[in-house]
Amino acid sequence: MLTRTLVQVVTDRDIVTARVRGRLLASELGFQMGDLVVIATAISEVARNIVRYATQGGVEIEPLDDGRHRGIQIVARDQGPGIEDVALALEDGYTTGGGLGVGLPGCRRLMDDFEITSSAGQGTTVVMRKWLD
Amino acid sequence: MALPVAKQGDHLIVSVHSALVDEEWIGAQEQLLSEVSASGARSVLLDLGSLDILDSFAARMLRSIGKAIQLRGAQCVVVGIGPDVAYAMVQLGLNLDGIAAALDLDDAIDLLRRGPQARWHAD
Repeated sequence: MLTRTLVQVVTDRDIVTARVRGRLLASELGFQMGDLVVIATAISEVARNIVRYATQGGVEIEPLDDGRHRGIQIVARDQGPGIEDVALALEDGYTTGGGLGVGLPGCRRLMDDFEITSSAGQGTTVVMRKWLD
Repeated sequence: MALPVAKQGDHLIVSVHSALVDEEWIGAQEQLLSEVSASGARSVLLDLGSLDILDSFAARMLRSIGKAIQLRGAQCVVVGIGPDVAYAMVQLGLNLDGIAAALDLDDAIDLLRRGPQARWHAD
């Protein structure tokens, strides 16, 4: 059942749901144990950002196939306050929410592709991909 | 949801069997601190071998739990973090900031027996 799945993220319980769904899809796509943990960890971080900063949003998880490579894409989207300085938010140790400040820069290291679009008042969208081959 | 706790000698052995949501981590912290006080245990072995991942919030809670247990005069050892979970934690930039870690329960008890000078840290 390799289909796109959307998890609404409002509470901390949804963080676990999002990463369990992501891990399941990644496993069905053929990702091995190490990558499954990496993908689930990255989903947990972006979902937590939604709960912490935006109060609600969603995580969309879908299989990718561009003809040559297969993979998984995770899109975390919220309509929260947005990030004023995206470059700063990607620096290790920077946080406005009382966290460790490792989430976004950490996700960038965990995944193969990482893109973030955000501006103050416009919400935030994070797109991450991991490729199989 | 209380975590299952077993007392063995001076040790409290705590197993985390499934992924905890944030409020359950906070509940775990309160539970462990009160059980350390009530039991007079000298150490808490926190078995995390069943956890799917450890993210930044979980790492922060572990550091907080470990330090609070130390302030109660006991030691905390996290046990059983698997290789894949450890790799993802390092990539994410997490450390456990002075909380001791061990491969399994035997290893943890050995670590505690050798004393604080001999123990190595997970940071």
